[in-house]
Amino acid sequence: MYKILVREELVPHIHLFKVAAPEVAARAQAGQFVVVRIDEKGERIPLTLADWDSKEGTVTIVFMEVGTTSYRLGALKSGDSIANFIGPLGLPTHMEKFGTVVCVGGGLGVAPIAPIARGLKQKGNKVISIMGARSKNLMFWENELRRVSDELIVTTDDGTYGRKALVTEPLKELLQGTKKPDLVVAIGPSIMMKFCAKTTEPFGVKTIVSLNPIMVDGTGMCGACRVSVGGVTRFVCVDGPDFDGHQVDWDLLFARQRIYLDEEKRSLQQWQCARQTCTEVQK
Amino acid sequence: MAKVSLNRIPMPRQDPLARSKNFNEVALGYTLEQAQVEAARCIQCPKRTCTEGCPVEVDIPGFIKALREGNMPEAVKVLKDKNALPGICGRVCPQETQCELKCVLDKKGAPIAIGRLERFVADWEVANLKAVGAVTKPAPTGKKVAIIGSGPAGLTAAADLAKMGHSVTIFEALHVAGGVLMYGIPEFRLPKDIVQNEVQYVASLGVKLALDSVIGKITTIDELLKDSYQAVFLGTGAGLPMFLNIPGENLNGVYSANEFLTRVNLMKAYRFPEYDTPVKIGKKVAVIGGGNVAMDAARCALRLGADVVNIVYRRSEAEMPARREEVENAKEEGIQFKFLTNPKRFLGNQQNWVTGMECFEMTLGEPDASGRRRPVVKPGSEFVMDVDEVVVALGTTPNPLIASTTKGLETTSHGTVVTDEATGKTVKPGVWAGGDIVTGSATVISAMGAGRRAAKTIAEFLKG
Ligand SMILES: Cc1cc2nc3c(=O)[nH]c(=O)nc-3n(C[C@H](O)[C@H](O)[C@H](O)COP(=O)(O)OP(=O)(O)OC[C@H]3O[C@@H](n4cnc5c(N)ncnc54)[C@H](O)[C@@H]3O)c2cc1C
Ligand code: FES
Repeated sequence: MYKILVREELVPHIHLFKVAAPEVAARAQAGQFVVVRIDEKGERIPLTLADWDSKEGTVTIVFMEVGTTSYRLGALKSGDSIANFIGPLGLPTHMEKFGTVVCVGGGLGVAPIAPIARGLKQKGNKVISIMGARSKNLMFWENELRRVSDELIVTTDDGTYGRKALVTEPLKELLQGTKKPDLVVAIGPSIMMKFCAKTTEPFGVKTIVSLNPIMVDGTGMCGACRVSVGGVTRFVCVDGPDFDGHQVDWDLLFARQRIYLDEEKRSLQQWQCARQTCTEVQK
Repeated sequence: MAKVSLNRIPMPRQDPLARSKNFNEVALGYTLEQAQVEAARCIQCPKRTCTEGCPVEVDIPGFIKALREGNMPEAVKVLKDKNALPGICGRVCPQETQCELKCVLDKKGAPIAIGRLERFVADWEVANLKAVGAVTKPAPTGKKVAIIGSGPAGLTAAADLAKMGHSVTIFEALHVAGGVLMYGIPEFRLPKDIVQNEVQYVASLGVKLALDSVIGKITTIDELLKDSYQAVFLGTGAGLPMFLNIPGENLNGVYSANEFLTRVNLMKAYRFPEYDTPVKIGKKVAVIGGGNVAMDAARCALRLGADVVNIVYRRSEAEMPARREEVENAKEEGIQFKFLTNPKRFLGNQQNWVTGMECFEMTLGEPDASGRRRPVVKPGSEFVMDVDEVVVALGTTPNPLIASTTKGLETTSHGTVVTDEATGKTVKPGVWAGGDIVTGSATVISAMGAGRRAAKTIAEFLKG
């Protein structure tokens, strides 16, 4: 069992857990993920590392309530325990001195991009971060990201905070600028990562994305997580999660992410009804 | 002596129609009376050829004698002396090619039903647990052994070493112990309670279980050897699914057997939404392959409500590697077979869902390396099968994680680890391996045999 030491609701429906998992913390590196199973009846779901502290023996995850598992996770309190917390899985983000790196974090992606920006800065890169959210009230970790970046650009879709733009707009301007970035790392909703990759492609700037397909084991045993990159089938849990965004077959990823939409709806409704929070749809 | 009876007692089973809709065990097990009648057929021949046919050398005539005399605790003791997992072996071992094949009555077409008797004795123990008494623990040797993987190979090696007083820890990547027994083989063939009972027995010998521990990620073999373990046994199986590498294989609705079975068995998707993990079930399901894995996947799909399930196999029925009994069970339940058929590509719709499978007809040519006749494409024979779900059950190879994170292991082009067959020793000092990681997908009992042989030489090494 893995105890939740700190639980914080960062913004509505997005939670931060600091979990006691010394063995995972000891080996964690930016870009890796854990597989979490809440209890006997739970699913195994992957969550990218947001932070860790090997001395303290803790790992921080940030997740958004979207389906049954994340809602069930969100209902846990600090002091509660999670049955399984397996990792660190996947390959760490490749870090070296590239020069200037743009780190783009969209929505929930701000959490996993932060340790990557931190690592890249430690390697001596100039890190320009772009963080975007739909609206001001969904924005979190601005200071955390600012601290590990040389520059920070903030956008909201509706203009309630920072610049009114999608993250791809400032990204494009940086690409058009006098000093073209040497690398872009983008983490966020798949659609955002796709458009970041599409934005950088004409400029020939390598763009790393962190893919989030459906997974089961997270150790290369099932192939649920397969994607096509450069025309070759890869298992995200062992060959990734980082891939060259220009090579990813995005439509395949989107389609495979939708396999269980009906089941997810049914499962969430059942869970909410059991907690008497279901809406009239079910009646 | 009385005349030898050739009436092998049949296994009582659930009715095919009823069982094709539930996940309860298909084979119901003998009653005590049936078991004793069957046991009485054993002529207790002095040659004990049956024991020679058993990879873990169970004293078969010995436990059968105790059973027939009604001395059940003794039967349990004799059986468990050599086999820590009898409830599992009694259910899934291919006795027909091992002990029962060597039974002198096999020539008369009625070998003793050794597997069924083994199962009966194991189940009796579970039902009467206290009767046999607790295990006595040997004096500790102070030596530590790390076992990687909790499948039958790892469990057997762990049990043997613990019985000798060594301190044993099993590291397992998944959230439960048992390996394929938990994630692959379905409940209706091998109830998970039985597996967990036998895992508990191994734990009761003093073996520690470290679950959620992916070796190669959380720590490495070299670190284990450096830090505190004198020997390591690799029993990590063959967990990497093979695909056909044909167009359309990434369409929605095309599963590897590993994924399909893991969802259904390990994650209990057959009880969705009570359990959170879902699985898709089509109306027209094709399962590709001819082994036990294909049979299991097909029978799961049928139980979960598919209208038609076809097993598509590129050779003919005679070459199918699956156990005869399971093929018969599948047929009775209504699984259909398309032999001499091989997929060419999968067809999909706008939403990326699989809608069809274009196949070749095949003929059989000369025997290949496996001794089976090689399937050859019949030119121009392409036809399309209507399907909305496909399970690819072509076999598995070892996951490269261990080999790629361990210095100095020798592997073959199939990714299997090279060992000395008699001892399980790898070329790396202090490291042994056995089971599917060495042989590629094989059987529960061969994995157990390998675990046993390795334990023997590990023990000698620890003494030296
Ligand atoms: C669906 C199916 C049906 C089958 N039916 C039969 C049958 O009827 N009869 C029969 O005899 N055989 C059958 N087999 C084959 C049999 O199950 C295997 O041969 C046997 O389980 C192999 O045992 P093992 O101990 O080598 O490996 P496994 O059972 O594969 O166990 C390996 C374990 O190691 C763990 N592991 C892997 N990598 C790591 C790591 N890096 N760190 C920590 N742990 C790790 C895995 O999670 C797993 O739990 C079947 C197989 C399948 C898939
Ligand atoms: S999640 Fe199973 S192989 Fe990647």
